[in-house]
Amino acid sequence: MTRLPDDAVSRLREAAAWPELPPERYELRALIGRGGMGAVYSAFDRRLDREVALKVSNGATPASGLDERLRREASVLARLEHPGIVPVHDAGELADGRWFYVMKLVHGRTLTDHVPTLSGEAAILGVFERIAQTVAFAHDAGVVHRDLKPSNVMVGRFGEVLVLDWGVAKVLGSAPVMSSHDPSSAQDTAAGTRIGTPGFMAPEQERGDTLTATPAADVYSLGALLSWLLTHVTVPVQPGRRLRAIVAKCLQPAPADRYPDAAALVSDIGRYRAGQSVEAHKESLFERAWRWLEKYRTFILLILAYLVMRAAFAYFSRS
Amino acid sequence: MSKPLLGLLLGAVLGAIDGLSAMFSAPETAPQIMGIVIGSTFKGIIVGALIGWYAWRVNSLAKGMVVGLVVAAFFAFLIAVMPNEQGGHYWLEIMIPGSIVGLIVGYATQKFGKARVVTT
Repeated sequence: MTRLPDDAVSRLREAAAWPELPPERYELRALIGRGGMGAVYSAFDRRLDREVALKVSNGATPASGLDERLRREASVLARLEHPGIVPVHDAGELADGRWFYVMKLVHGRTLTDHVPTLSGEAAILGVFERIAQTVAFAHDAGVVHRDLKPSNVMVGRFGEVLVLDWGVAKVLGSAPVMSSHDPSSAQDTAAGTRIGTPGFMAPEQERGDTLTATPAADVYSLGALLSWLLTHVTVPVQPGRRLRAIVAKCLQPAPADRYPDAAALVSDIGRYRAGQSVEAHKESLFERAWRWLEKYRTFILLILAYLVMRAAFAYFSRS
Repeated sequence: MSKPLLGLLLGAVLGAIDGLSAMFSAPETAPQIMGIVIGSTFKGIIVGALIGWYAWRVNSLAKGMVVGLVVAAFFAFLIAVMPNEQGGHYWLEIMIPGSIVGLIVGYATQKFGKARVVTT
């Protein structure tokens, strides 16, 4: 018996998983990417004459729980209408029973690929602030992302910043994560299961304490993301004491010691960017004076130059 | 603080300093120093308010500084053109510092102060 090469097997698998969509509505074009939960394809919406992205679950059977997870992701995305979150246009079930949803096709690259083009603290904080604002919006709507990392952030061609992959998001106040009525799915998120990505997940997520994950878990991931951004740009940024304090506050092991949610972090980042004192760092009198001097440096120099010029005029007119 | 008010206050302070400095740069003007300080402060108020009003309308650091320089230079010229008791003029002593005050007020009003809120 002849053994098929690995790439031929993977092509066959891909062909078998190729979703059968209603042909009058969608024309499937190419596979964009595949993750643990599903595959994303580019497609063409014939009715509305536009390109779209289509996410289809990997689960061949309902018992896998992946369909429920995908349906839940679509439902979370649909309730989060924000410029930083990809809008969902449609959702449905394929002939083979798998779930799919249709969303805006974003042309861009992940933050991992975008980061070498960033230079300087201002550019980094500009991107980071938009990520944090999106997460703050989700927190306000009662949603915790739980898997914030560079590959889950996309930067569009026109600089738009989008937070992706809400598949493991937790809706606060609802049944714990994904499906509560599907035992196999519930196991995915039961206490003791780790959700998130090492290096970016909060200690409580590392411990598998998924049932009590709060917005503070996202704050930890945002802190890890900011720290990653500062060190992964082409010329690494040496953050000052106040910015280091902001990162450190995000990365506190105990959730109660972090910012309570992303909105509080966004506010502190905003104060930092405006040259104001930040909640994360208690300034000494000297630091406050120095910050004030830095903020008004040009103005103070102009006044000093004027006074020096005035003194020079007085001196030369007398001599 | 709104930009016109910031310009007005800064213009008044710098105008007063400008007037007071005449005591050192032109000691012969000492008997008229009160009038000089009041006049210079008044000029600073008008120039500052005009520059602040411009900053309130136009958001551009370069344009703000150029307008500040030109407006202040024009007002300083109106003062400098008046002859002193000997019939001479303090062209440089009045025009250069006066213009630089305009430059500083132009910078400050573009950088600081509450901008105009445009509603559609």
